[in-house]
Amino acid sequence: MKSGDQSALAELYDRYSSVVYAVALRVLGDTGAAEDVLQEVFLQLWRNPGTFDSARGSLGAWLAVITRNRAIDALRRRKPETDIEDVIVSVSPDLAANADRSRAAEKVRGVLGTMPALQRSALEMAYFEGMSHSEIASKTGEPLGTIKTRIRSGLIALRKAFEK
Amino acid sequence: MTEHEQFAEDLALYALNALQGDDRAVLEKHLATCSACRLELEQLRGDGALLALSTVGPKPPLRARQRLLDAVAKEVAAAPTLRQAEGRLSRAENAREMGHPSVIVRRSWWGGLGWAATAAVIVLAASLWKENSALKRDIATWRSVASQEHLELENVQKVARAITDPEVERFTVVAMKTPPQPQGKAFYLRNRSSLVFVANNMPSLPPQKAYELWLIPMQGVPIAAGVFKPDAHGSATVVNPPLPAGIEAKGFAITVENEAGVEHSTQPVMMIGTGE
Repeated sequence: MKSGDQSALAELYDRYSSVVYAVALRVLGDTGAAEDVLQEVFLQLWRNPGTFDSARGSLGAWLAVITRNRAIDALRRRKPETDIEDVIVSVSPDLAANADRSRAAEKVRGVLGTMPALQRSALEMAYFEGMSHSEIASKTGEPLGTIKTRIRSGLIALRKAFEK
Repeated sequence: MTEHEQFAEDLALYALNALQGDDRAVLEKHLATCSACRLELEQLRGDGALLALSTVGPKPPLRARQRLLDAVAKEVAAAPTLRQAEGRLSRAENAREMGHPSVIVRRSWWGGLGWAATAAVIVLAASLWKENSALKRDIATWRSVASQEHLELENVQKVARAITDPEVERFTVVAMKTPPQPQGKAFYLRNRSSLVFVANNMPSLPPQKAYELWLIPMQGVPIAAGVFKPDAHGSATVVNPPLPAGIEAKGFAITVENEAGVEHSTQPVMMIGTGE
């Protein structure tokens, strides 16, 4: 392969590796394991460049979701549960540029800051620790239905923050 | 409660891969037939992406970039490995074929040696049968290796085609003035309608405005190929925008439009480039 042919991947890596690594590190809490996920995610993108559909959302958001899923799989030492071809991510803010992502991240942290502690905790346990609603219910001693509602309304609250 | 409301909370869990068992199976069956719930699922994943993007942390170590590029180069170089594996398979098969004549040759002189010779030949035959079985196992292993490497090769070739196919047309668009020199590179694979566009040094735009990328066909009017805004460093990316199939590109161009983009532009062309 000619050296220039890998430049597109290198450009995408330079643009999105910080996001991918930060998500993987948040989930796994281990730099070596996060680096492995970083490698895997970009290799998947290289092997299957057609799996991302820019008409359905930003590449940054898609990579964040793919990374989170792969990191949770690694955390739970299980085989990947979702094929990347099946993951479509629709997100309203434009997250193509670093500046847009920074603004969006700040806004999300603001919403999380105003969220009731139990709701935020349920959302983060589900998203960053990969816990099922029954595991969260068992850990917190709250009813399953309450946990389900908290997770959904937490996600919807993030969406609404960008609809204003 | 409507059917969609019934699935609303399970959809959120499903979006996070946190729904298991029967509930998951029931929801997947519903998703197969309900476009509204599929759309809601995409949005819930998007909501999750916002959560993911809120994370902050250190940058990846510098070695990670080189590790990735080395791995990609290794995959591309995997093609000869298949040929080596096929060579090994061929040698193993030759060895098996050579095994049969040796049995026949040894059998040719056992008749004159009586029972002792018969026993010896039986032992020898058993030994050869064992050897033959081992060779068969080796062949099966090599076949498996070759098959696996063939699949890997196909994957590599698929990716390589997207960028290195002789039919890939590369376009570089540059601004009329310098410095700094805005530049964009378009990697376009016509037969797969695949386009990766990477831009650098793009001037920032007023609010409500965005750059729009245009594919200029050999015939007909330019086709919208994605809207983008540069980041603080002037960089931007467009990956696989929706494009009609099989359009032959004469070049690519960029205009400044309202941020929602337009189907047909009346604005002046800011950057333009033809195939390299």
